[in-house]
Amino acid sequence: MDQAIIIEKGIFIVVIFAITMLFAMYETLAERKIAAWLQDRIGPNRAGKGGILQPLADGLKLFSKEEFMPNTPNKFLFIVGPAISMSTALITSAVIPWGDKLHIFGRDVILQATDIDVAMLYVFGVLSVGVYGIMIGGWASNNKFSLMSAMRASSQMISYEVAMGLSLIALVMMTGTLSLRDMALQQHGMNWNIFYQPVGFLIFLVCSFAETNRTPFDLAECEAELIGGYHTEYSSMRMGFYLFAEYASMFISSTILAVLYFGAYNYPGMDWVAENAGANVSNIIGIFVLFAKICAFIFFYMWIRWTIPRFRYDQLMRLGWQMLIPLAIANIIITGIVILLSDGKL
Amino acid sequence: MSIETISLSGRKKEVSNKKMTFLESLYLVAIFKGLMITIRHLFTRKVTIKYPEQTRELSPVYRGQHMLMRDDEGRERCTACGLCALSCPAEAITMKAEERKPDEMHLYREEKYASIYEINMLRCIFCGLCEEACPKQAIYLTKSRVMVKSNSDREDFIYGKDKLVMPLDMAINNTKQMAN
Repeated sequence: MDQAIIIEKGIFIVVIFAITMLFAMYETLAERKIAAWLQDRIGPNRAGKGGILQPLADGLKLFSKEEFMPNTPNKFLFIVGPAISMSTALITSAVIPWGDKLHIFGRDVILQATDIDVAMLYVFGVLSVGVYGIMIGGWASNNKFSLMSAMRASSQMISYEVAMGLSLIALVMMTGTLSLRDMALQQHGMNWNIFYQPVGFLIFLVCSFAETNRTPFDLAECEAELIGGYHTEYSSMRMGFYLFAEYASMFISSTILAVLYFGAYNYPGMDWVAENAGANVSNIIGIFVLFAKICAFIFFYMWIRWTIPRFRYDQLMRLGWQMLIPLAIANIIITGIVILLSDGKL
Repeated sequence: MSIETISLSGRKKEVSNKKMTFLESLYLVAIFKGLMITIRHLFTRKVTIKYPEQTRELSPVYRGQHMLMRDDEGRERCTACGLCALSCPAEAITMKAEERKPDEMHLYREEKYASIYEINMLRCIFCGLCEEACPKQAIYLTKSRVMVKSNSDREDFIYGKDKLVMPLDMAINNTKQMAN
């Protein structure tokens, strides 16, 4: 039985890894395509039909580039930087419930790599480590612009982590659990958390933009001021890793948004499908629904990128510390009062 | 109507520096409006021309490659008066005149002709002033889509009579069409 679980989880992890990679790959194409469409252009359309092979061509190009190593005393850290970025972007997917459960070979297969009961804390822990990837990379580059950009990126990520955590506390108070699977189960039907926590969702959304260093918070990479950001000195696939990590973390944060606030794999009429076509079918549809939600969020990320211009650095900090954090605290207090009122204890 | 309120383009807007209301200062409405504008562009017609497969539509006044014309008997019309060279703002045209021999009556229409006629395609700006200046209607800018070929040798951009004079079969065709 134990061996079966190991095999099951092993396969599952490999599949999730492959899906994350595939998503990150095709996000690069989607980014370019959507950017083009929003600007009345067509976008890359030469590699394969409609540009479908473009990510492969990009990857091949990055692999065949010269791997340049700057004159830095921290050669080891220089290599570790992108590795940390990439791994932190990937290991978050371990706690995400991709679906309810499937009944195969007489076993219940829970579609989650691991259901730890402090999943939310785990996600936050991993996100905090993500700062190191950027900071170490910028530091080891031995380039002041890289370092400045890394400082910007890390201070931004640290600042927005506070508001992000606070916005989630209200959610945790409401749901009474830190496990993502329990949260997904609670949102069954149309009982999505977005309807109960709209302010919390808004704060979380803004913070996840900042956490993934996406526009309008992409100050770390603003090429007008800082050349190419913390990865200025990087070339070849090491730079590819940084860029790839950004897209992977975009996928993961879209997933977390969908799981926390948009009902995870739940969709209206799930019970009806389960009754008429069986639980497995209903749950498989649920997986696709989750991925549809993720894609919608990814699109939203790109849509925002071509709508809102970049913040100035002081505006960014003011938004984080002076607006989002007080708002999140107010949200916690109001949520607490409402919970007490609805329990009849006040 | 005072001068401040006149708007010739109809797009003039008063700029006001009034304090934003609370709702405005959240920018949520503004961001939503912006999102609606960008999403509209997702469905508009794309302006890209997929070049090798599609080519841009030519303007009705498009001016392409020059051609030294022949008349309906196939004789070159140019008399080497030099007015085209004189009118050329880019000084792209040079020519050398020669007197027509008695046995060349079938080749050149006028008593004097251009033995050398060269246009430097690197200098030419395709303005069409040579065409306007020509008293003999000898030089025209065609609607040819053929662009000047890229090359690393400057000499190759000087087009001589071999490239400029109307091909004979074209002249024969024209004459045949005129006869019909």
